[in-house]
Amino acid sequence: MTCQHYRDSMMAYLDNELNEEQKRTFEDHLASCADCTRDLAQFRELKQMTDCVAFVEPEDRVWEQYWGNVYNRVERGIGWILFSVAAIALLIYGGFEAIESIIVDPTLGVLLKIGLLALLGGGVILFVSVLRERVYFWSRDRYRDVRR
Amino acid sequence: MGGMGRDNSAALWDGSASAPAGVGDSGSELGPREAFELIVKRHMKDAYLIALGLVGNREDALELSQEAFFRAYQHYDTLHSKGKFFPWFYQILRNLCFSHLRKRRVRRASSLDDTQLGCPEPEGRDSFEPDAIAERNEAKDRIWKAMGKLDDKHREVILLRHFRNLSYDEMSKALFCNRGTVTSRLFYARQQLKEILDEERGAPIAPREPGEPTKGGQTS
Repeated sequence: MTCQHYRDSMMAYLDNELNEEQKRTFEDHLASCADCTRDLAQFRELKQMTDCVAFVEPEDRVWEQYWGNVYNRVERGIGWILFSVAAIALLIYGGFEAIESIIVDPTLGVLLKIGLLALLGGGVILFVSVLRERVYFWSRDRYRDVRR
Repeated sequence: MGGMGRDNSAALWDGSASAPAGVGDSGSELGPREAFELIVKRHMKDAYLIALGLVGNREDALELSQEAFFRAYQHYDTLHSKGKFFPWFYQILRNLCFSHLRKRRVRRASSLDDTQLGCPEPEGRDSFEPDAIAERNEAKDRIWKAMGKLDDKHREVILLRHFRNLSYDEMSKALFCNRGTVTSRLFYARQQLKEILDEERGAPIAPREPGEPTKGGQTS
């Protein structure tokens, strides 16, 4: 076996993840390989340095407010869903009411009625079309995170 | 100032410490909101520290870990085994962090373009500033800054092994790969870290074995 085959063993040896037999095999190799012995010493030094690093503990206030901040997101999420559903329902209702009132209003001329209905219908078609395009491309855009 | 992050989090990954009593049981006395509150309070420190290790910035780590809990809450119904909350949650958290890092790189690249075009470089929160490190000294600062230069997946294994004390078996569960991949990824991660530190010190890099991949050239 070459030294390259032993590099995974070297990591496991360093992290105390080898069983006794594997440990002995690796130590036998170490005894006859100056390169691996040198590499192991360097990795051991690196491990000791890295093991010394610890994070600063945030203030207690951060933990006290933590759940509140998560809950705010949950609440806002529910709020947005309710708001969106209600807004869509009201817009649909209002649209039908408007169409009905235009059709039954005897004071409006036929041409004006057709014009207003076409305007409303066109607006709805444009809105739905743009929304669908946006949602479709956003969900399939593989390049949205690609670096320029 | 005290440091944190070296407590043994082993039980998180095998599910034995994931769900508090009453959470996810059919006879649960708690409502879903209260049950989830317990889960968040139990795991918030681990979530924050992992996010901090991945993105290197305290404000972003707080924001991302909270967002991950929010997303976990939205999809909590899809988690069949409530006892395995943390490994499942970890996937949400790491995906969010990696996505955040990608976006940050895109922003950096575009701000560099702007700078070349004569626009001033926008001020932003820098990553891997040493103020996240406890009991600072020169060596720790250098390690932390070098962590910021690692590839995302290499940084992840260094974080899990050195900062969170995970065993190889726990790492393989967290990363959905086998032990061989874990050791191999750890080797390249440490190799890359060593090279970055050597480059900064100006020391010559140890000669490579013929055919060995270059820095960051292989992750598993």
